[in-house]
Amino acid sequence: MFLLLNTGMMGVFVALDFFLFYIFWELMLLPMYFLIGIWGGPRREYAAIKFFLYTLLGSIFILLVMIGLYFSSMETLADGTRVFTFNLLELMNHANYTETGILSPLNPNNLRFIAYIGLFIGFAIKIPMFPFHTWLPDAHVEAPTAISVILAGVLLKMGTYGILRISYPVFPELTYQLSWYIALFGMINIIYGALAAMAQKDFKKLIAYSSVSHMGFVMLGMSALNTMGISGAILQMFNHGTITAMLFLIVGVIYDRAHTRDLDSFGGLGKQMPIYTGFVTIAFFAAIGLPGLSGFISEALVFLGGFGNGTTRILTVISTLGILLGAAYMLWTLQRVYLGSLNEKWKDLTDLTTREYFMLVPLTIIVIYLGVNPSPMLNLMNASANAMVKFISDAQGIYSSLNAF
Amino acid sequence: MITLILPNLSENLQAILPEISLALTLVAIVLFDLIFIKSKKFLPLISIIGLIVTFSFVILQFGDPKYAFAVSGNLSFLSLDNFSAFFKLLILITTLFIVLFSMSSQEVNSCPDRHGEYYALILGMVIGMFFMVSANDLILIYLSLELLSLSSYVLAGFVKTSIRNSEASLKYIIYGSASSGIMLFGISILYGISGSTNLHEINSILQSPTANQLTFLMSILMIFAGIGFKISIVPFHFWTPDVYEGAPISITAFLSVASKAAGFAVLIRFLKITFAQGLDKSGYWQMLSYIDWQMLLISFSIITMTFGNFAALWQDNLKRMLAYSSIAHAGYLMLGVAVLSDQGLMAVLVYFSIYLFMNLGAFYVVMLIANKINSEEIDDYKGLGYSLPLLGTALGIFLVSLTGLPPTAGFIGKLYLFIALVDANMITVAIIALLNTVVSLYYYIRVLKAMFLDKTDKKVEINLSPLNYIVLLLLIAPVLILGVYFTPLVNIAKESVQLLGF
Repeated sequence: MFLLLNTGMMGVFVALDFFLFYIFWELMLLPMYFLIGIWGGPRREYAAIKFFLYTLLGSIFILLVMIGLYFSSMETLADGTRVFTFNLLELMNHANYTETGILSPLNPNNLRFIAYIGLFIGFAIKIPMFPFHTWLPDAHVEAPTAISVILAGVLLKMGTYGILRISYPVFPELTYQLSWYIALFGMINIIYGALAAMAQKDFKKLIAYSSVSHMGFVMLGMSALNTMGISGAILQMFNHGTITAMLFLIVGVIYDRAHTRDLDSFGGLGKQMPIYTGFVTIAFFAAIGLPGLSGFISEALVFLGGFGNGTTRILTVISTLGILLGAAYMLWTLQRVYLGSLNEKWKDLTDLTTREYFMLVPLTIIVIYLGVNPSPMLNLMNASANAMVKFISDAQGIYSSLNAF
Repeated sequence: MITLILPNLSENLQAILPEISLALTLVAIVLFDLIFIKSKKFLPLISIIGLIVTFSFVILQFGDPKYAFAVSGNLSFLSLDNFSAFFKLLILITTLFIVLFSMSSQEVNSCPDRHGEYYALILGMVIGMFFMVSANDLILIYLSLELLSLSSYVLAGFVKTSIRNSEASLKYIIYGSASSGIMLFGISILYGISGSTNLHEINSILQSPTANQLTFLMSILMIFAGIGFKISIVPFHFWTPDVYEGAPISITAFLSVASKAAGFAVLIRFLKITFAQGLDKSGYWQMLSYIDWQMLLISFSIITMTFGNFAALWQDNLKRMLAYSSIAHAGYLMLGVAVLSDQGLMAVLVYFSIYLFMNLGAFYVVMLIANKINSEEIDDYKGLGYSLPLLGTALGIFLVSLTGLPPTAGFIGKLYLFIALVDANMITVAIIALLNTVVSLYYYIRVLKAMFLDKTDKKVEINLSPLNYIVLLLLIAPVLILGVYFTPLVNIAKESVQLLGF
């Protein structure tokens, strides 16, 4: 099951063909259902079916847009014949569209706006964007630790990846027009996720909402449409993957031992499990975005990018509040669980085992290294982020001239 | 009226070689049944041999379209084109599987002295369907429909000792005779309007609009009632759940695939030959403008699939649930017809070929499990995924395919359907159909949930024979392979959309 899931995820990230992309995208649903449903917590069946229905609902919109695009664009084959295509590279080129296709920019009555919204909802459910986020806390809470890690670390990225991969290049002109709304939803995600996290009593649910909040940063960065914002968003995706994975592992460690995730029942674990608490502190600080840790770099880039774009400036300013809220709930949790006097009930808890070191140490190294020296990652993505920004700004001219006649 | 003057009888008889070979097999079965009273195990073998011979005859009919039993030109009883050959193949494959099913069905094996009738009646049904898919004349359509129905009434009540069987059979007869009576009435009205029973002739007469709108609409709706009964579209579906639940599982599977296929073939031929004026260059049918055909078909199909899916949500009996799901699938297939284009027709053919394997597969697993635990209640399936990993996984694959999720073949069927819909600019309809898919996920996944997510201490063991493994493999392989490599099927379907006369 897990390997099937991995196949799907790999496939999504390498597919350059919309059809293949969709196949892999759907391929992931079923294994995930069983992984949550068989090995999950007490309410696993509810969580699993909710996850399945939500994401399937999202993917039917993607499917419709996919078919629509197929009928709107022609690809020139090597022998000169022109056929309908699913190829994303060809879909990026406005010259490939037919005159009458329903999603073709050449057609004056095209439905591109509706298609963009549909596609966006499809991906937004996966991100998950407010107001489609409700499956996430349920799925996370019920899923076993390993699945939570995969869910947060990779699965959520597929939503934002899909937007960058498909929505942005295929509908550049609409992306430009609607960037304010993307930023708005990013902002809502940040603030709402943080506030919701603060209200949680369940450790895992708290992490789940914090991950909603962090995905908001990704969306905010993407909506900025400049190199800084987009590379910030991509870096944030990566960092969120490592940091949230750490956080879920941390919850997993404590749940393994104490069999409860109720925040209020803990206290003073720092004395009992000092090394563990050390890792916790690093992860928490990275999640808050403390300088020197990787979360800071990406969040700073996102804010710089967002501030640099006039349309999203005000939203960015409001979003910085998210950092404050993030610090609030993270530190408050730290205080409740790890500081203070030790609850007598937990005095038998042991510190980390070798296996847990193997999980946490590499992630910690990545988090610290990227916090000090992010350029290896940034260099990797700079070229494509630049190309994306250039493509979108070029596209404005092309598409506005297309709509002129 | 056609007077039967047949100048070249031998040529015409050659054209119906498949039907003849089926009839000979039927006779052989009856004879064997009478001669070897003790040993019945030859009967399925004879049927299989007969079916395979027929199979080869049908293959020969591909690419050789002609009219048979024609008076002149296209005034014929039968039109043997790729379209009918395609459906004949589907029916034959289904029948082969059904014979294999029956060999391990406990319900059928519980009456060993009546095996002769069982296989003879199945072949009788097949002959009826064969004539149905190629019939070019309303009289022949009606006769073959009756041949099919009469055999299936008996088969639905095959296990006489079981009350459920008898009830199913009785319900089937009552609904069936009523609807075929209505259909006959519709046919007679249409004959009254046009003065002919030949589809081509009716078409040419209707080209000059003389008929009264209301009369015409009435006759069409009445004929639809007859065909709709066979393919169980709402509101002619009431028999379906009861009969499917009551009949022996092998017969249920047969009814849900083969007789539905024949019904769709008749519906498509009837619509296209009788009411289409011609094709435009992208393959859309230009229909005679008596009524809004598209609206009529779309409303039928949307009501059908929505009803089927929502009714299936509340079912606790797996057979009954599959009955409603097959109603829903009839709705999807109707959508392909409602597009009224060759593209849509191709989607129907692709969808049907895939539906054959996945639906038969689901019924097969249900049958194997019911043989052992004597129940089809979903509650009794709890934990079966662990005690019967192979059957559980197989059923899982079939159900996922019925939902239409990649990478199974069911997705490809749905994909082509939606492609046809979007191409015809019927976006709203496509969205409704897709939302229906989401609804259907819930009840299919319910079975999987019972099998894999619910734990139970009960241990069930089933010893499968090698034959069971082979049949299961033959059903699973197409569902998985066609989900990834579907080009050959699509090409065959593309070849087969040509109806004689267009």
